[in-house]
Parts: sequence; C-alpha cells; structure tokens
Amino acid sequence: MQKTRLFRLPLLFAASLIIPTTYATDASSSGQPYYEWKVENFEIKEPLGGLEGNAVRGKAIAGNQSRGNCLACHLLPIPEEPFFGNLGPPLTGIGSRQSTGMIRLHVVDQSRFNPETVMPGYYRTPAQLNRVAKALKGKTWLNAQEIEDVVAYLTSLK
Amino acid sequence: MKILTLSNCFFFALTLPLTTITLSAAHAQQPVSGYDYLTPEMQEMQIDDFGNPGMLTVDAGEIRFSTAGKNGKSCASCHGDDGSKLDIKHIASYPVYSTALKKPLTLRGQILLCQDERIGGPSLGHSSAEALQLEAFVRRLALGETVNVDVSGEMAPYYEAGKNLFHTRWGQVDIACHQCHVYHAGRTFRGQTLSQGQSNGFPGYRYTAGKAVSTPERITGCLANLRAEPYASDSVEYINLEVYMNARGNGLKIETPGIRY
Repeated sequence: MQKTRLFRLPLLFAASLIIPTTYATDASSSGQPYYEWKVENFEIKEPLGGLEGNAVRGKAIAGNQSRGNCLACHLLPIPEEPFFGNLGPPLTGIGSRQSTGMIRLHVVDQSRFNPETVMPGYYRTPAQLNRVAKALKGKTWLNAQEIEDVVAYLTSLK
Repeated sequence: MKILTLSNCFFFALTLPLTTITLSAAHAQQPVSGYDYLTPEMQEMQIDDFGNPGMLTVDAGEIRFSTAGKNGKSCASCHGDDGSKLDIKHIASYPVYSTALKKPLTLRGQILLCQDERIGGPSLGHSSAEALQLEAFVRRLALGETVNVDVSGEMAPYYEAGKNLFHTRWGQVDIACHQCHVYHAGRTFRGQTLSQGQSNGFPGYRYTAGKAVSTPERITGCLANLRAEPYASDSVEYINLEVYMNARGNGLKIETPGIRY
C-alpha cells in the first residue's frame, strides 16, 4: 500500500503541472475518490462516502459563483445576495417539502427526475459526459464532501 | 415511504404534461432577437452609434477595408469605397455554399479568402483581431437587412449537422444549446436574461467579456461556461453551427454590432 502511494506521487505532481491555474479551485474533486451512489425510489439514502455534511459550508458553496452557484437559477433565503435566477423553482423551505435522500439525488443528478433538465449534475457519473474540458476530465463538479455540505444546507431550509 | 411514492407520482403527473407542452411550444417558436432580451439601457447603448463600444471594431474594420495588401489592392479596390458595391442582401445570406470549395463559406471565411487570393495577403488568422474587424465592418453594411440563409440543396447536410450540434450535450455541465436557448429563453440566470441565442447581432459586443466577438467566439464562451472543450475557431463544427444558427434566425434583422451579455 505504502509502495503504491509513493509510486503515485510523481504522477500527481506531473498532473498538477498541466492543470491550468484557472481550474485549480474547480478541480477540488481530485482530492477525493469518486463514490458510487445508488438510487432507490428517487432517493440516494446513504451520504456519499458516508461523509457528514456541514450546512454553513453548504450555504457558502450554494452562493459561490464558481462552485455550486445554486442561486444562478434558484431563489434561496440569502438576503445579502442581489441576484437570483428563475430557471429553477425557489428552494426556500425545501427541507420541509422533500426528504434528505431526494434532495441528495436532485443535487447529484437532476436528470434522474427530468431527462431534459438544464440543471448540472453536480456528481453525475463522469464517464457519461461528452467533450468535457481537458483539465476537468474524469472529475465531478463538486466533490462528495461538498455535495453533502449542500445537502445539509438545503435540508436545513425548513 | 408510501407518502414519498405518492408524492413522486404526483410530481410526475404534474410535470410531465407541462414538459410536453413547453417542448411543443418551444419547437414552434418564432425567432426573437437578443436585443429584445436586453435592458432598456443596453438597448439604448446598442442603437447609439457613439455609445455602442462595438462600433470601435467596425471603425477599425473600415480602415482595414481600404488598406492595401501585398499586391497593392485593397477590399475597396473591388467593392468600392466604404464597400458601396457590396450586395447587402448577399451579406445577409451567409454562410453560402461555395461550389469551388464544395463546402459552406462563412462571411469570415469569404473575407479571409479574398485577403489571400485577391489582395495577395498577408494571410490573416481565422481568429485574428483583423479578421474580426473586417467581418464586423462588412456585416454592419447590411444593418437592418433580413437574415436569409438558404439551407436547401447542398447546404442541407451542413444545416442538419449544425442542428445536431445545437442539440448535443456538452461538458461537465452536460447541457445542450437548445435546452437554455429554446426552452428557457426569457428566464433569468443570476442577473442575466437568457436569450434565444440568435446570431443576428454578431459580430457584436459582449458586455460581460468587455470585447467584440463573432459567432464562433461566442460559442466558445458558451462551451467554456459548460466546462466543455471548445473547438478551433475555423473548425467544421463551428461552421456547421453557424449555418444552423444563422438560418435559425432567418427573418431577423441584422444588428451588427449587437450588444449582448
């Protein structure tokens, strides 16, 4: 195990050199493995990788333009933000309308609810994507911890 | 558990008919210029020749139009001072099918060809500032002319290829052009209003980028937003997309340089 890890180090270093700096903050999933997820009755019941979400971090991700950017399309109860889009439904009170597992599936892969959705699959299986920017190939938009943070935030909106 | 299952059924019963209605309405949509989705302030900026920052690019193109190439001739030698001998209806019909090249020729492609063959170079890069300036100047001559691209006959397969690309999902975001620009035109994306993605204002001035761009560069901007790998400016894919997008806007008036987000 130790040997394998050491062997990977130079490879990781080389990879970090070819990733443009503009993507450095977006390539956050590189630090975490991709966890498989399972849909059951429109829910992902188990947290990704068994990770625990943090609602405060989740709120920051939801409002960050280069991370979740949820408010580009949804109304959220973040009064200090000037602009919200209306491509998607308002998410105020979503935590009292839907189960945690359902919210998790919405964030992970909304196309499971609506195949024609314009919502990005923040944790959609990377192998199913077409012509992803070279620097982002094989990566998910948010990593598993960030997904859980956003899920914790949305669940807290009662 | 039972409640969830019921709520799912309800959810689908509610959304599926709605989706179908939206889709059928969207396919029959009339072309609407991006101008109609601008704020009144931005509309005012566009129609004011002195306030429209895209006019700087048009003016640079006008100078270049009468600048002699290697063989001493300029665009103006054939097309008249200020392009007065150019047929504006023809300008509004690009991309056109070139029987010599056996493929569609965009307005920019035609300008680059002239630059090489008629005025003897120097060759301009497809995505060079000079090529953009000339394209903007020539397209501006057809201001107010109706976009009228003929996609019958030999153009048909290129139109179909462009249409396929327009309906192809891209990048990490995994959505296609039509999903935003057909289904959701008029809705807001953060502080911006989504338009139909029409090309009648291009080459135009991108307010958010602070520079003049033409259709291929605008598509590259979209692909970057979708976290997809863009194509080269002169790629077959962009030419086919331009054929489809311009023809999709047949009937709209040319607004170059339009102000767009």
